[in-house]
Amino acid sequence: MGDIILEARGLTKEFKGFVAVNDVNLAVERGTIHALIGPNGAGKTTCFNLLTHFITPTSGRIFFNGRDITGSRPAAIARQGLVRSFQISAVFPHLTVLENVRIALQRKRGRSLDFWRSERVLTSLDTRARELIDAVGLARFVDSTAGELPYGRKRALEIATTLALDPEMLLLDEPTAGMTHEDVDRIAALIRKVAADRTVLMVEHNLSVVSTLSDHITVLARGEVLAQGNYETVSTNPAVVEAYLGAAHG
Amino acid sequence: MAAIAEVAAVRAARRNGIVTGTVVMTVLLAIAPFIGLYPVFVMKGLCFALFACAFNLLLGFGGLLSFGHSMFLGTAGYITAFTAKEVGLDPALAILAGTAASAALGVIVGGLAIRRQGIYFAMITLAIAQMMYFFYLQMPFTHGEDGIQAVPRGRLFGVIDLTHPLAMYYTVLVIFVAAFVLIYRVIHSPFGQVLKAIRENEPRAISLGYDADRYKLLAFVLSATLSGLAGAVKAIVFQLAALTDVHWTMSGEVVLMTLLGGMGTIFGPVVGAFVIVTLENYLASLGEWVTVITGAIFVLCVLAFRRGIVGEIAAWWSAHRR
Ligand SMILES: Nc1ncnc2c1ncn2[C@@H]1O[C@H](COP(=O)(O)OP(=O)(O)OP(=O)(O)O)[C@@H](O)[C@H]1O
Ligand SMILES: [Mg+2]
Repeated sequence: MGDIILEARGLTKEFKGFVAVNDVNLAVERGTIHALIGPNGAGKTTCFNLLTHFITPTSGRIFFNGRDITGSRPAAIARQGLVRSFQISAVFPHLTVLENVRIALQRKRGRSLDFWRSERVLTSLDTRARELIDAVGLARFVDSTAGELPYGRKRALEIATTLALDPEMLLLDEPTAGMTHEDVDRIAALIRKVAADRTVLMVEHNLSVVSTLSDHITVLARGEVLAQGNYETVSTNPAVVEAYLGAAHG
Repeated sequence: MAAIAEVAAVRAARRNGIVTGTVVMTVLLAIAPFIGLYPVFVMKGLCFALFACAFNLLLGFGGLLSFGHSMFLGTAGYITAFTAKEVGLDPALAILAGTAASAALGVIVGGLAIRRQGIYFAMITLAIAQMMYFFYLQMPFTHGEDGIQAVPRGRLFGVIDLTHPLAMYYTVLVIFVAAFVLIYRVIHSPFGQVLKAIRENEPRAISLGYDADRYKLLAFVLSATLSGLAGAVKAIVFQLAALTDVHWTMSGEVVLMTLLGGMGTIFGPVVGAFVIVTLENYLASLGEWVTVITGAIFVLCVLAFRRGIVGEIAAWWSAHRR
């Protein structure tokens, strides 16, 4: 094993007696694309919520770059370079596409408590925002209101916004869900491109995306780690096949 | 592409509309005493308009419903009245002292309440405001039911004699317009942009690294401070600081003014405040019925004109200009 950027030890989350995540150990190697897969309700989103402290674990510890971040505030975790996206597309619906991306750039710029300054100072961020918007294929929509974009384009916008922070590591929760074929290809290519100098942990149901992109896979079922390894190892693992078939058959 | 050009055009039109509206409003207010309006009546409207604008900054742009804003209006009123009358401060300094007191109270109350969401936030602000009410009822310096009366208007900066009605009037107007422009600036500042993002999608804003609570707290303190400014000026104008300003009904009234005029619009609270003050003025002879009538307006507003007067006009306008 190489250099570990993100590590979870014995991560457990109990919701009123229901164990959604059970003693999960996860180690993500720097510079890789790591996929977290599993049937519906396996606990993948809950894992993301725990890793970014959107919910507090019942037990277990989380380390980012060797630092214990278990008790850090979610915004502080983001500022350390571990940035997440959401399963349900998360944009600022009444802001334009440009403004959405600018909000992220503004955070890196700082001085966001300046209530006496005109927002015109933010136009210096427009060039960079347009580049990012262009990269996800939204150039035509720069001045559209984000809420009016079709679903797939909202996801693309969310990725552009996340990338605007230039995070060291991205957690993407089903980045291609609800997208058309051609959008899926574009986003997959984009993820590969941005992962060149970053680490990505992603939840993804599209197995062709998983197989082409990921270096390492962790399979989760009923809150527990079922298998780990590369695509070949995992996809031929009988327990994994069973879990997927079992889930498919209800 | 047509739709895209339109977003930009609509925004540019809105911005021009606001600049024009501000100029027209200022001119109208500046000539008001000469077109038959009583300065005292307009000053009352301006104090409440400022109070409602400050409240709207928090509710309309921060998405936070405080049900205890009377404490900021009233606290500043008491401190200003006390420092002007008993300490003998220059009116400018007395207003400053009152405003600062409300700002400090805003920091404390905001610190306690800001983490609560929705109805819990409203409840905790109401609870603290009730405590403040009883505090002011008991404290000797407020003179309880009588209030602090006969507050001297004094000379502003030792020069301008505020006992002269027009001098008082234009002082109030300058303060109001300055605060109004400041609120517009806050909404359209880097801070305002983040505040809007937090209101639209708080988890996303947090995931981008914004400590949402800090931004909400700043919005709360700004709102409390400007509400305090309204209360401070009001105490000088009416030469009185009384319990009505810290009573919970005052917190309800500012909600009504804001909703009636149009929450989240820049002119709405001004219109709402003047409508309510006018109603109260002309219906004063009806006594208790005023409460019933304002209550009925409130119900009508919530049921039929959700966007409020200015909000409905703006919506109608943008639907008809196509
Ligand atoms: N806040 C909560 N309270 C109670 N139960 C929860 C909560 N959040 C998630 N769960 C439960 O935990 C389990 C795991 O949910 P989670 O959303 O993590 O699954 P997932 O793997 O992301 O599924 P999907 O593929 O459908 O997105 C589910 O059974 C869900 O109902
Ligand atoms: Mg999920």
